[in-house]
Amino acid sequence: MVKDQEFLISKASYCLDLAKKMGATDASVTVGHSISETVNFRNKSLEASDRSDGLGLSIETYLGKKRSSISSSNLLDENIKTLIEKCFETTKITPEDEFNSLPDKNLLAKQISSLNLYDETRFENDKKIKYLKDLEESASSDNQIINTESSFTENKSNFILANSDGFCDGYKTSSFTASCVTVAKDENSMERDYEFSSKRHLSDIKQATDLGNKAAKQTISKLSPKKIGSEKISIIFDKRISKGMLSAFASAISASAIARGTSFLKDKIDQQVFANSINVIDKPDIIKGMGSQNFDSEGVNSNTLQLIENGILKNYLVDTYNGKKLNLKSNGRSGGTTNLYFEKGNISYEDLMKKNSRSLYITETIGHGSNLVTGDYSVGATGFLVEDGEFKFPVNEITIAGNFKDMFKNIILANDLEFEYSVNSPTMMIQGMTVAGK
Amino acid sequence: MSNFFNKSDLTRQDADKIVSDTLNNCDDGELYLEESKSESILLDDNKIKSSNYSSDLGFGFRAISNEVVAYSYSNEISKDSLKNSSENLKSTLKSIKGTYNHEIPKSNKKFYKDINPIEQKTLDSKLEVLNKVNEFLRKKDGSVKQVTASFAGEQKSIEIIRSGGESLTDVRPLIRFNVTVMLEKNGRKETGVYGIGGRQSYDDYLKNDNWKNVCEEAFRIASVNLESKPAPAGEMKVVLGPGWPAILIHEAIGHGLEGDFNRKKTSAFHNLMGEKVASDGVTIVDDGTIDNRRGSLTIDDEGTPTERTVLIENGILKNFMQDRHNARLMNTRSTGSGRRENYRHIVLPRMRNTMMLSGNQTQDEMIKSVDKGIFAVSFGGGQVDITSGKFVFNCTEAYEINNGKIGSPIKGATLIGDGPSILKEVSMVGNDMMLDPGIGTCGKAGQGVPVGVAQPSILINKMTVGGTKL
Repeated sequence: MVKDQEFLISKASYCLDLAKKMGATDASVTVGHSISETVNFRNKSLEASDRSDGLGLSIETYLGKKRSSISSSNLLDENIKTLIEKCFETTKITPEDEFNSLPDKNLLAKQISSLNLYDETRFENDKKIKYLKDLEESASSDNQIINTESSFTENKSNFILANSDGFCDGYKTSSFTASCVTVAKDENSMERDYEFSSKRHLSDIKQATDLGNKAAKQTISKLSPKKIGSEKISIIFDKRISKGMLSAFASAISASAIARGTSFLKDKIDQQVFANSINVIDKPDIIKGMGSQNFDSEGVNSNTLQLIENGILKNYLVDTYNGKKLNLKSNGRSGGTTNLYFEKGNISYEDLMKKNSRSLYITETIGHGSNLVTGDYSVGATGFLVEDGEFKFPVNEITIAGNFKDMFKNIILANDLEFEYSVNSPTMMIQGMTVAGK
Repeated sequence: MSNFFNKSDLTRQDADKIVSDTLNNCDDGELYLEESKSESILLDDNKIKSSNYSSDLGFGFRAISNEVVAYSYSNEISKDSLKNSSENLKSTLKSIKGTYNHEIPKSNKKFYKDINPIEQKTLDSKLEVLNKVNEFLRKKDGSVKQVTASFAGEQKSIEIIRSGGESLTDVRPLIRFNVTVMLEKNGRKETGVYGIGGRQSYDDYLKNDNWKNVCEEAFRIASVNLESKPAPAGEMKVVLGPGWPAILIHEAIGHGLEGDFNRKKTSAFHNLMGEKVASDGVTIVDDGTIDNRRGSLTIDDEGTPTERTVLIENGILKNFMQDRHNARLMNTRSTGSGRRENYRHIVLPRMRNTMMLSGNQTQDEMIKSVDKGIFAVSFGGGQVDITSGKFVFNCTEAYEINNGKIGSPIKGATLIGDGPSILKEVSMVGNDMMLDPGIGTCGKAGQGVPVGVAQPSILINKMTVGGTKL
C-alpha cells in the first residue's frame, strides 16, 4: 500500500522543525512515496515483472536570500538529520540571490477540490497477464508481424508538500499504462511502430485488442518505405507528433528561458506568434486529467491560462523565482504546464488531407532538432506521401526542417482534438517546410 | 566502500541466505546494493542558481528463469524489505526448475581510483571557479549575453551478492564540468556548449586553469554559429571531424549491436554476424578498460570485468555486446556490457567507450576530394530506430565544402542515414583518432548511463543533410 498522508506529514514536519532549529529562516520540503508494478510480455509469453517501491524527499533551506537543496531516498531520521545539517552548512556559504524566496503566501492554494486523480483499484499481475495475452494475440494475428513486446504498468503515488509558511498539502494519484511495440517484416524492410494508453483510472484504459490491432496495422503500413526527393511541401503532422509542437512552445515560454533571454519568444507578449485562428490553453482542473494538479510544485494555486489567444501570446509560464526576476506574479506553473492543448480547428481531418493535391503525412520524428534560442527545427522523419487525400506509400530516411517562428504562423488545425494525454493537439498542417531526401 | 549491513537489521548472513534461497532454482540473478552521493552546482545568469546534494541508497533483486526476468527494488535496505522482494520474485517465477550458473570471470585490474570527488574539492573553491568562468567570458566580448557553468560530481558504491554468497564490489567516481555561452550580435542569438569530465577528481581536469580552455571552446563554437548560413538540403558527401562526432558510430552501429535487440531479432544487424557491414579499413571496438574514461568500468553491473570487445574488424561484423542474460540465451559469453542507471532499473547490454580506430589518411585529403558537401565538427545528440536502422544526429558546428575547400559555417541541421549501410559508404579513414572530452550520456529504455566515443576523421560518400536550402 502507498504510505498515507499521516506518515508523509510526520516526515515533512520533522524536516521543517529540524531546519528551523538549526537556524534556517525558511524551508520547504516534499516527501513522496510511489509503488509501481510492471509486467512485460514478448511474443505472447511473460518476459519480465518489475516491482518498485520508492520513498523520496527533497528539502530546500533558506538563510535570508541564500538557498540550497538536498534530496534523498533514505528516510531514516538519523540520515535526514545528517543531510539537513549538510544542506544548511551549504546554504551558509552559498551567495545571496535577491530573487530567492518561498512563494507569496496569498498565492498558495487554499481549497483543494477533488479532481478524481486516484483510482484505488488493484489490478493484480494475473489480470495484467491476461490483458497482455489478449493484446499480443491481436497484435500478432497478421503473419507479417514478427515480434511483439508489450507491458502493463500500475502506479500509485502519494506526496506531501510543506513549507515554513504553513503550507502543508498533498494527494494521491494513480496511473495505469498499457503499451505495445510491434515489428513487421517483408522482403524489403523491417519496421517498428507502437500504440499505448495511459489513464488515471483503470476502467478508462483502451481495450487490449484495440491497442494490439492498431499497433500492428500501423507497423504493417510502414513496410517497404521509399525515400523521396528534396522539396518544399505541406506537412501534415499526426496527432502524436503535433502535440510535440506544443511542448516545444511551452519550453520557449517558460519564465526561466525568458528571464535568461534564451528563447525565441522573449519579449513577444501581446504579439502575434501563431496564425490568428490558433488558441492554446493550459487547464489544470480537468477531472481525471493526466496533467491535472491542485497546485504547482511550490504550492501555488494554478488556474486555467489562455497562453495564445487568436494567435497572440498572452502569458508566460511563471514560477516564483523567475517571476520575481521578470516582475511577474507566479501563475502556478513551477514544474511546467498541466493539461496543455490547442483548441480544435474548424476543418475536418478529411478536408485537411485533401487541402493540397500532394502533401507529406508524418507519424514519427527522431532526433533532438529543436533549437529554442533561434527557433530552428530539423528532425529525422517517417510517414506517408499523401495524394488527393489518400496515403500513397510509406516514406522514410528524410528530414523535415523550418523555423518555429514561421511554422507557428502557418499552422492549420483539424477539428479532431481528443483529451488523451497531458498535452493534446488535433491533426496539424504546416505549409512551406523543407524536406531533405534524395 | 559502503557497508550495506550496518544500516538496519539486515546482516550479511541474512542477505546471503535470502539470496541463495530465492535463486536456488533459477538460471541466474543477484542482489545489487547501491549507495550513491551526488552534487550539482550551477551558475546561471550571473548567480549561483542552485547547489544540490543528494544521497541515494537501495537494492535491486533479480531472478532469471529461462527467458523471464523478475525484478524488485526498494530504497529500504532491511530484512523485511528484502524478504518482500524475494516473495515477489518467487510469485512471478512459479514452478521453475533452473540450474544456477555460478561462473563469473575475475580480474584484479582497476580502471579508476576509489575516490569521492565531491569531498576532494571544497564548495568554496568550486564556487570560485564558476564565478571566474562567468567573469572571464563576460569580459571577453561584448556579445556575451548569457553564461551557464556547472559542476556535477558523483560517487557510486555497489555490491553484487550472488547465490552462494559470492560478493563483488566497485566504487565509481564521475565528474563533469560544463560551460554554455550565448552570444547576441545584430539581433542574432547563438549558443556554444563545451564540457569535460571522467572518473577522476575535479582538479585533475582543471589543472593549469584548464577551465579557460573550456570557456574558449564554448565561445568559439557560438561565434562560428553567429556567422552561419542556412544549411543545404539533400544527399551529399560528409566529412566528420575526429572525437565526439563518433556519436554517429554510437547511434548508427552501436545500438544495433547490443545483444538484446539481436536475440529478439529486432535489430537490422541480427542476421549479419560474420558478414561485411563496413568498408575495408573500418574497425570498431567497445572498450570498458581505458583508465579514468567516462564510459569505463572495472566491473559491469552484473559483476563481470569489462573488456575491449571487437565489434567490427576490417569491415566484418565480429561480436555483439552482451550481458549475462542475453549471452546465456544466445549461447555465448558476457562481454562485461551489462549496465543499469541505478538500482531502480534492470540490467541491459549497453555500450561503454565505442571507438572507430585510425586508418592512414589525412583530414586534408578528405576535404580536398569533396566538390560539394559538408564538414561536421561537433554534434548535439543523436537517436536511432533500431529496427529500420535509420539514425539521426544534430550538427552544432558544421561548414560547407565547395570544390575541395572549407566554406561558410552552416546552421544546425539534422543528418539522417541508414545504420547497416552507412559504414559501407565510408571511403576514407583518417590517422587522427581522438577520444571525446568525456561528456556523453546514452539513453535506452528510459535509463541513462555515462559513455564515451572516439573516432578519426572520416569521409562518408553519401548522407542526407536536413537543411532548409534547396
